[in-house]
Amino acid sequence: MELTGSQILLESLQKEGVDTVFGYPGGAVINIYDDLFDSPLEHVLTRHEQAAVHAADGYARSTGKVGVVIATSGPGATNTVTGIATAYMDSIPMVIITGQVPTPLIGNDAFQEADMCGITRPCTKHNFLVQDIKDLARTIKEAFYIARSGRPGPVLIDFPKDIQIAKTKYKYPEKVNLRGYKPTYEGNTRQIAKAAKMFLQAKRPVLYVGGGINLSAANEELIKLSEMTQTPVTTTLMAMSGFPQNHPLALGMLGMHGTFYANMSVTECDLLIAVGARFDDRVTGRIDAFAKKSKVIHIDIDPTSIKKNVAVDLPIVGDLKDVLGKLGENLAESPDELAKLAENTADWRAIIGEWKQTHPMAYKQSDTIIKPQFVIEKIRELTADDAIISTEVGQHQMWTAQFFQFRHPRTFLTSGGLGTMGFGLPSALGAQVAFPGRQVVDISGDGSFQMNSQELATLVQYRLPVKIAILNNNFLGMVRQWQQMFFDKRYSQTCMELPIDFVKLAEAYGAAGLRCEKVSDVEGTIKKALETPGPVLMEFKVAREENVLPMVPAGKGIHEMVLAS
Amino acid sequence: MKHTISVLVENEFGVLSRISGLFSGRGFNIESLSVAPTLEPNISRMTLVTTGDDRILEQINKQLNKLISTIKVVDFTGEAYVERELALIKVNAEADSRAEALRIVDIFRASVVDVTPKTYTIQITGAPAKIDGLIELLRPMGIKEIVRSGPIVMGRGAKGVTG
Repeated sequence: MELTGSQILLESLQKEGVDTVFGYPGGAVINIYDDLFDSPLEHVLTRHEQAAVHAADGYARSTGKVGVVIATSGPGATNTVTGIATAYMDSIPMVIITGQVPTPLIGNDAFQEADMCGITRPCTKHNFLVQDIKDLARTIKEAFYIARSGRPGPVLIDFPKDIQIAKTKYKYPEKVNLRGYKPTYEGNTRQIAKAAKMFLQAKRPVLYVGGGINLSAANEELIKLSEMTQTPVTTTLMAMSGFPQNHPLALGMLGMHGTFYANMSVTECDLLIAVGARFDDRVTGRIDAFAKKSKVIHIDIDPTSIKKNVAVDLPIVGDLKDVLGKLGENLAESPDELAKLAENTADWRAIIGEWKQTHPMAYKQSDTIIKPQFVIEKIRELTADDAIISTEVGQHQMWTAQFFQFRHPRTFLTSGGLGTMGFGLPSALGAQVAFPGRQVVDISGDGSFQMNSQELATLVQYRLPVKIAILNNNFLGMVRQWQQMFFDKRYSQTCMELPIDFVKLAEAYGAAGLRCEKVSDVEGTIKKALETPGPVLMEFKVAREENVLPMVPAGKGIHEMVLAS
Repeated sequence: MKHTISVLVENEFGVLSRISGLFSGRGFNIESLSVAPTLEPNISRMTLVTTGDDRILEQINKQLNKLISTIKVVDFTGEAYVERELALIKVNAEADSRAEALRIVDIFRASVVDVTPKTYTIQITGAPAKIDGLIELLRPMGIKEIVRSGPIVMGRGAKGVTG
């Protein structure tokens, strides 16, 4: 059967199990949108291409499936770049299809032409320019395979308009054959045996877990490993939902805004087992002071992550699910030694217990002014265990990581690596599309919210009941905090002078808006929002100059924290 | 330390910029780079010369391998290998220096591939150090133009590097 390029695209998406795409039409994809009109694929029309990518990203982060985006050529395509870079830094599987001018015009500075393969080369796992209709089906197959396998990431397909119209015989390939791409899934058995040995000899072990834990769905294996060895677990921003934060062995987040006990544990440990993490500078602080009393085992599916930033005593390349599973099995073979390990490490857990007592995660509650941390704790209290929380970037994001006790994998959507303001609202939108029945809350700041506030329209149009909690301090809070601490309170361009009426803004789009100015109203406001059908925006007027603490100043070791008094 | 690395890549759209972009984006050094197809027309072989400590070289190696278009990476450092570079040098050759230039060409087993009344164009192949040596000797006569291919390398012995 002969199909056009755009029909082949839509057929192939369905072959890949795609049910929903996020996008925005335009001249260079008009044929695709024409075929979409008759296709069973759902399409969500966002109000900006950047938001379409974040929405597909939120869909991918919450489900584990590949997020799919369609955008037109030129500005439509360049608008996707921030979203693609966000997904790339956090290893999120995505396929982005951008329209391109017809192949004879490529390179001629044609109307709405942009060299998308050139622009996105450094922020995609791979990208393709389709130059021949005969390559199209294979390209789509490869794009999905590359996006979701190994260390996942976004893949862009630049799809010229003449190839969307051209026809060819359609047959979707069964298999991919990429001779240059063979990710290692199974960990080396001997390395795993060595790791088990190192584990059993440790006196002060810590598991340092990154976003890979959710990507590989190795959460059960991690819980099992930490419980059988009685090893405390600290999680990065990307892994806060990867290990239940109410677990007795949970240490919370480490790094720049990590808990006192997590940072001290890493500083004092004698064995650091890094699991699907990449020793980011926000985690390590001054690198030569990081875990320097410790041997390091590093488990990751991406060999480039290993020994990139720190020396490693034992590298294991492989899928976490496989490696952690086998490490657990290996250890389970020596129950006597495991019992001895628990005994040998009892003092260590006692020391950590003391740290937790002396320096718990806390803030000074107030009767008169709403503390942002209090709002976050209340949202936790009033939402279901499996509620999906997204954030933008800044203070509210760190407070959410610190105070929202995540319990289920893939319930925390946040831009960790790139730190993209404006990510939270569209990613919440994408998650709500994936899970219409679950509670989805975007915890936001007044600054970040305004970077993609136009997506209120999308929420209303598709009746997506996302709840938005703006912690409004009328500042770009995180930058203001830095200015207060390191720039002598010179608040250069961080005060949002214009007070926005967020409630009216929500209402203008047809969403509900609730304002909360009193501590005693916080609970009632959240309850009301959760009970109200459809999208609801809550605006909390919070303490304006509240700081995120603990904080490790730039250039310091992570044990050198500024603490909350 | 200097490393000479061969990279077998898919001979496809944009592959050169994937490699060069990787080096510039991550701040790796690239001293020279030469590319051409192999016996298999869909595989190209790149030879690149780079510098860095062990940690950087490990990253270069891993990052090159991580590219989907990369089929194989071989670092020849510490191996026995043959290294050759080609250079074309246009040198002033008038009156007194005309005979001297030919003598030097002879000593280096180079050849003259183009002649004008005022210049010779000299072709030389060899290890980069040999080419450096010839250039030093010709420099006093006045070099008008020079093109170097950058080195290409091949391991010694019977084994071949293929995709």
